[in-house]
Amino acid sequence: MNDQPFRLDTAAAPGRIDRGHAMRFVFNGRGHEGLAGDTLASALIANGVHLVGRSFKYHRPRGILTSGPEEPNALVQLRAGERSEPNVRATQAELFDGLIARSQNCWPSVGFDLGAVNELASRILPAGFYYKTFMWPPSAWMFYERLIRRAAGLGRAPDDPDPDIYDKRYAHCDVLVVGAGPAGLAAALAAGRSGARVILCDEQAEMGGQLLGQRAVIADRPALDWVKAALTELAALPEVTLLPRTTCFGYYDHNALALVERVADHLAKPAAHQPRQRLWRVRAARVVLATGAIERPLVFRDNDRPGIMLAGAAATYVTRYAAAPGRRVAVFTNNDSAYRAALALFDAGVGVAAVIDLRPEPGPLAGEIRARGIELLTGHGIVATHGARRIAAIEVMQLDESGGRAIGPVRSIACDALAMSGGWNPTVHLFSQARGRLRYDAAQGVFLPDRCDQALANAGACNGAWSLGDCLAEGFAAGATAASAAGYATAAPSAPAVPPESRAPLRVLWVVPSDRPIGEGGKHFVDFQNDVTAADLGLAAREGYRSVEHLKRYTTTGMGTDQGKLSNVNALGILSEALAAEPSTIGTTTFRPPYTPISYGALAGRDVGALADPVRTTAMHTWHAEAGAAFEDVGQWKRPWYYPKLGESMHDAVNREVKAARTCIGILDASTLGKIDIRGPDAAEFLNRIYTNAWSKLEVGRSRYGFMCKDDGMVFDDGVTTRLAADHFHMTTTTGGAARVLAWLEEWSQTEWPELRVYMSSVTEQWAVAAICGPHARDLLAELATDIDLDPKTFPFMAVREGRVAGVPARIFRISFTGEISYEINVPRRWGLALWRALMQAGADKGVTPYGTEAMHVLRAEKGFVIVGQETDGTVTPIDLGMAGMVSKTKDFIGKRSLARGDSMRPDRKQLVGLLTDDPRIVLPEGGQIVAELKPEPPMAMIGHVTSSYHSPNLGRSIALALIKGGRDRMGQALHVPLADRTIRVKVVEPRFFDPEGKRQNG
Amino acid sequence: MLLITCPWCGPRAEIEFQYGGEAHIARPADPVALDDAAWADHLFMRKNPKGKHRERWMHRSGCRRWFNMERDTISHEITAVYRIGTTVPGKEGT
Repeated sequence: MNDQPFRLDTAAAPGRIDRGHAMRFVFNGRGHEGLAGDTLASALIANGVHLVGRSFKYHRPRGILTSGPEEPNALVQLRAGERSEPNVRATQAELFDGLIARSQNCWPSVGFDLGAVNELASRILPAGFYYKTFMWPPSAWMFYERLIRRAAGLGRAPDDPDPDIYDKRYAHCDVLVVGAGPAGLAAALAAGRSGARVILCDEQAEMGGQLLGQRAVIADRPALDWVKAALTELAALPEVTLLPRTTCFGYYDHNALALVERVADHLAKPAAHQPRQRLWRVRAARVVLATGAIERPLVFRDNDRPGIMLAGAAATYVTRYAAAPGRRVAVFTNNDSAYRAALALFDAGVGVAAVIDLRPEPGPLAGEIRARGIELLTGHGIVATHGARRIAAIEVMQLDESGGRAIGPVRSIACDALAMSGGWNPTVHLFSQARGRLRYDAAQGVFLPDRCDQALANAGACNGAWSLGDCLAEGFAAGATAASAAGYATAAPSAPAVPPESRAPLRVLWVVPSDRPIGEGGKHFVDFQNDVTAADLGLAAREGYRSVEHLKRYTTTGMGTDQGKLSNVNALGILSEALAAEPSTIGTTTFRPPYTPISYGALAGRDVGALADPVRTTAMHTWHAEAGAAFEDVGQWKRPWYYPKLGESMHDAVNREVKAARTCIGILDASTLGKIDIRGPDAAEFLNRIYTNAWSKLEVGRSRYGFMCKDDGMVFDDGVTTRLAADHFHMTTTTGGAARVLAWLEEWSQTEWPELRVYMSSVTEQWAVAAICGPHARDLLAELATDIDLDPKTFPFMAVREGRVAGVPARIFRISFTGEISYEINVPRRWGLALWRALMQAGADKGVTPYGTEAMHVLRAEKGFVIVGQETDGTVTPIDLGMAGMVSKTKDFIGKRSLARGDSMRPDRKQLVGLLTDDPRIVLPEGGQIVAELKPEPPMAMIGHVTSSYHSPNLGRSIALALIKGGRDRMGQALHVPLADRTIRVKVVEPRFFDPEGKRQNG
Repeated sequence: MLLITCPWCGPRAEIEFQYGGEAHIARPADPVALDDAAWADHLFMRKNPKGKHRERWMHRSGCRRWFNMERDTISHEITAVYRIGTTVPGKEGT
């Protein structure tokens, strides 16, 4: 245990931590103490820990570089066990008592890392190294990939399921304000006062943005007093919602935005019933982006040692967290803001070794720097740094006028931390996601928002407003404008007075020169997460990379979990210099969601486990489950697959069920079949146009089988439709096609033929269906259907009757998918289970046998009945299936014209045939490719494939259906199905194996 | 995600809708009279404009009615929503 040696005392730096509330935590196995209000990063700094990780490629020691979401290096594995999370930015992880974290990408430890040998080998690891080296031989890539992935790993995903819950919320508002710094707070105030519904979100635990880490003044008082008053006022407004710890990570079309609220990430674990995170999907009439700016690193030699951090971060650690980045901090800058950081450090009692300014002329705060006795070196640059696991000294040289060369003597300055600033990049990520265009401002060296088609406004630093006064003014104006546009007329309040700031322009120097050429004697890091250096970018440019998108992928700049928040603009600047082009002509890479990584848990929300997808069950489901059925998923439906008896294999059970259906009575739950009720005076004409065959003359009380095609002539669905009255039809569809078919009918009736008076609704769920079939099916039905004449003369095949079955009102369709005498008994769903039980009871002494979908498939395949989606795949016409007789020659129907195209009439189209293996015991694999001409090895001309294949117990051998080119002219031919380990010889036969004349179903 | 104003139900999120491709493609009254090329043109060829596009949508998770919409394919701005069988309001005859 230690006493937080780098924690500043209250008099020097009050900070926003709770000194009375100590929290213990463990980092890399060592116990430390921090304070409530700390992040893991600030607590580590207070304990003097800067070495927190190893870099991705060279495994160089790395420290905490930032204090926010842009952090590329201080990524940790947070927590242990099932809640363990990889790649957490220590700068955003709020400290809690008992926190455990580890460094990533180092082995065996962060202090001694074997991977650091990559550094010694860095001369052979240039940009594009992986592309250049591991391309050959191609077959070895799988081997290389494993090694590379292991070496490159960031954190590890936990092995166990996530124990926490995640919520989702939809919200609508008039004004969404993203970011609660001065501009965002001002915008929320202006909009909120108008009565508009306002959501204000901010990624930090505490609202206030940069003001939390600065010593600013508003209306002659500390700026945080103004923040507090603003938050108090906003909290009291009933239409304003404040969302701290909430990152807006995605900006989508029509002002749809996605936010993730970290409800319980700051706790050891969520409270009971509390979600860990909540995903907000917000639709906003207007959006105000007040996302601030991210400080830019300077690119100089060995700019990555632990202890080097951004100047704004250094000031934040001192001011907000009372944690000193060092005892003697050097400051390196190209602009004024780091002067303020130096003053903040000094005034908190932190030693400032020197302020080194790239600009020949100092900034307006030079007087205050010198007044404190701090040395100010203008027109100088850092040419080298020293220190193994933490910076110990810098070397400084003067720069020539152009800034391209270091001149004069080298001077060494001792320090234990270095605060750097290369200017500030407006955080334009969300604006760009909204497909806003950026413009390059050469004077400031930044990309600024230009124009955007979405209803948004930018305010504050993200819009290039750098002074506090401008941020407040822009925020108030944007908030008032947004509320007015959303229908709440209001004027912008006048902004409170802030002290004037005078500024000098920054000096853009994309790479700070040193006494040696770039790439020699040290590394100038641009992307700190992916270890991309200025030399790598120069090499890529010399190798001909001109497009920034190519450069990014080749060098991996900006492709880490930080998505280049620090590196992208520097990389662009360096590329533009290498190509002697303006950054404006090169442009930026595309900004994509998410702004910072988000968990899959938040995206999934509650839609996991049993709630991932609805499960549909039939009225008879409980009976099937009690009977021990194995279930098959058919779309969302659970269908009985087969009903194994004790000791039976699936093969045994299916054989038994298939035989019973042909020799005795089989019973199938057919409730899942799609059912559509179609009514209207023009219903018959409508069906005439939908189906390939004719429907006008179908008698009332009779059924007909039909094919539907798309207008390209390909089979889309099939089923039996029955005429219940002159203007009333009952259509059945495939189980999987029910919703598609209904939508298809609706589309044609609404868009093409609105003049037809026809109306349809799905009744799939309204009817429960028990299908009985087999030679004794009629006997069974006769026992229960006492008021219906079942005589086949009066109730023939393809007819319907209404009456009572087992006392329940029923519609009985004499249709058959097995080729046996068959009755599909439809009853209202609530009586489905009662009907099934009555049939099972009455059939017990007759040998009634429930059969599942597998037996159903075998039975229909024995008859050569097709299943849409199995025998068809969107490229098969009814004629290909041998159903030319069902295609009307006289009337028009959807797809008719396409069936007359030359391609549809080619004789070598794939056609449905039957296949019999020479060896009757062999069951062909479905999907097996068929060849006519067997060769010793591929390639061979494939002429078709097996679509269905089963063992048929009724035939005592295997059977198969197949689509084969010119199949019907190949009857009797011997073909081959070559497999990996053997080749199966088959004979082409008619696709009807059992009762080819179809006599049995008429009995 | 687009915010689409269904002519029957009002503004709803895109997730409730189904896209139906280019609008105002009249199905030939007598398809058999067309040669293969003309039929293929009707069946497969669609505009892919950069800018305003008239297209069909269906409010699948709502009233299940088809309607037409004019949308800018660059900005996604929806400039008109109108019923099947009509044309963009104010642009009759176009």
